[in-house]
Amino acid sequence: MNSSSPNPRAGTEPPTAGSSEAIKVQIQGLSFFYGNHQVLRSVSMDVPALKVTALIGPSGCGKTTLLRCMNRMHDLYPGNRYVGRIVVQPDGTDIIAPEVDPIQVRMRFGMVFQKPNPFPKSIYENVAYGLRLQGVNQRKELDEKVEKALREAALWDEAKSRLHQMAHNLSGGQQQRLCIARAIATDPDVVLFDEPTSALDPIATSKIEELIVELKKRVTVMIVTHNLQQAGRISDMTAFMYLGELIEFGETNRMFTNPAKPQTEDYISGRFG
Amino acid sequence: MPCDGGSIVRPKSFYHAQEKRARHRRLIDRAFRWLGMILTVTTLGVLGVLLLNLAMNGLGRIDWNFLTSFPSRRAGEAGILSAWVGTLLLMVVTASAAIPFGVAAGIYLEEYAPKNRMTDFVEINISNLAGVPSILYGLMALGLFVYQFRFGQSLLAGGLALACLVLPIVIVATRESLRTIPSSIREAAFALGATRWQAVWHHLLPYSTGGISTGVILAMSRAIGESAPLITIGALTFIAFLPPAPLIAHAPFVSGEWLFSPFTALPIQMFNWVSRPGEEFQSNAAAAGLILMVITLSMNAAAILLRKRAQRNITW
Repeated sequence: MNSSSPNPRAGTEPPTAGSSEAIKVQIQGLSFFYGNHQVLRSVSMDVPALKVTALIGPSGCGKTTLLRCMNRMHDLYPGNRYVGRIVVQPDGTDIIAPEVDPIQVRMRFGMVFQKPNPFPKSIYENVAYGLRLQGVNQRKELDEKVEKALREAALWDEAKSRLHQMAHNLSGGQQQRLCIARAIATDPDVVLFDEPTSALDPIATSKIEELIVELKKRVTVMIVTHNLQQAGRISDMTAFMYLGELIEFGETNRMFTNPAKPQTEDYISGRFG
Repeated sequence: MPCDGGSIVRPKSFYHAQEKRARHRRLIDRAFRWLGMILTVTTLGVLGVLLLNLAMNGLGRIDWNFLTSFPSRRAGEAGILSAWVGTLLLMVVTASAAIPFGVAAGIYLEEYAPKNRMTDFVEINISNLAGVPSILYGLMALGLFVYQFRFGQSLLAGGLALACLVLPIVIVATRESLRTIPSSIREAAFALGATRWQAVWHHLLPYSTGGISTGVILAMSRAIGESAPLITIGALTFIAFLPPAPLIAHAPFVSGEWLFSPFTALPIQMFNWVSRPGEEFQSNAAAAGLILMVITLSMNAAAILLRKRAQRNITW
C-alpha cells in the first residue's frame, strides 16, 4: 500500500520477513463504553492486510465488542460511546470518527454472524441484496456477481440448480456459506467473522475454515473464535484479550508456542477460560 | 436399573392407600374434563342459537330485491341497498386511514422510537385507547370531524371515527408481527449497509405482512359492526339514495364527492328496523343482521387463513 509507514509500536515483536507487510486497519487506543460500563480499555493493534487475524479470550473479554466496533454495529443501539481511532488503509479514514457515516463503513466491512441468518428470500436474492444496496441493478451484472460470490463461498455447485428457492431449504452449514457469499459479494475490504462455526457440526465447520483460508487471498479477515484449535488452524495473527484489554498480539505460531505474557500462556494451555 | 421389583418392601396397606388416592385424583381429572366440555359447548351453543335465531327470522327475507332496494315504509318492499353500500364505503375510508397511520405508528414505535419514558407513556396509552368505549370515539369525531373540520355528517366523518376506533388494533398488530422477526435479520441487513428505512421496506415489512393483514382484517371486522360512533356523529337511519359515484364520466374520472354524502350502514339500518313495531320489520332486522354476521365471520376466517399461511411461509 502507498506510503503507510509501518507504524512503529514499542513492545511488539519485530516485523517478520514477507512480501505483504501492509497494514489494513490500525486500531489506536480504542475504548468502548456501554453507557457507563467500559468494555474495551485502550486497545491498540495493527491488523495486517490479506491475513487472518483471530481474536481469542474468555467470554466477556470484549472480543466480539471489538469486532462490532469495526463495522459500527454498536451505533444501532443507544448509549454507546467510542474513544480512540480505527484507521483504515490505504485511505487513512478513521471509521469511528463521528462525521463518518456508519453505512459507508458497513459497506467496506462485511460481517458474518454467529448463527446463520439468511433473509427469508431466495438464495439469489440473499447474495444480491448487498449489491442492490450499492446500486447494482443490471440483471447481467447481478447474475455474474452472485455467481462469483457463490463460487468463492464454495456453494455454487450445491446452489446453482436452485438459486431461486428459499435460502432456508439449505442446511445450516450451507446457510452459513450463503451468508459468507452475501458478505463478500460486494467486495468489502475486510470481512468480520463472529464465531461463524459455533452453531455448526465439525464437517460444516471444516468447510468454513477452508473457505476462510481461501478468502484471505483477496480480503482481510478478522475472526472471533472460542475455539483455540480453530484459531491455530486458520489464523496468521492472534490477539488475546482479557477483561477488555488486549493482552498480547502477535503471530499465531509464536503466540501458541511461546507466549510472552503469563495470562496468554494460562489461557492457551487451558488453565482458565 | 435392575427390574427385580426393587429392594424396598412395603406393607399391603401402603399400596391400598396409594390406589385410593389415585382414584380420587382421577375423579377430579375426569370432573374437570366434563366441566370444561360443558362450558365450551354452552359458549358455542349461544353463538349457534343466535345464528339459528337470526337465520329462522331473517333467511326468508333475503333475496335479490332485499339487497337492491332502498329502505321503505312498507316492510315487505324495504331493502338494504343504501346500508350495504354505506358500510362498504365506510370500510374504504376506515381502511385507507387506519392502515397507513396504524402501520406507520407501529413501525415507528417498534423500529425507530428511542426506548425511554416518553415511548413507555405512548405505549401505555395506545393500549388504553383500545379500551375506550366506542361511543366516546363518536363524541370526539362529532366535535372534531363534523364541526371543527366541517366534514358534516358524512361518510368521511364516519369512516374516520371508525378508523380512530380501530387504530390501536392495527398498531398493536403491526408491532407484534415486527417483534416476531429476530434481531439477527435486522443486523444482517444493517451489516450490508442498509439504512433503517431500507431494513424496514426490504425486509421487516415484507416479512410481517401476514401478521399485519391479519390485524387489519380483525380491525375491519370490529369496525363493520359498530353503530354507536356512527349514531353519535349523526348517521341517518333512513337513506333512500346512494352517495355520488366515485368514478365519473369526465376528467379527472374520479370524484371525492361521495366522501361528503350522508350515509347509513348495516348496523344502523338494523337498529332502525328493530326499534319499529311490526313483526315484518323485525325479520328485516334479522335478515340484515344475518348478512352482517356472515360478513364478520368470513372476515375472521380470512384472517385465520392468512395467519396460517404467513406462519407456514416464513421460518427463521
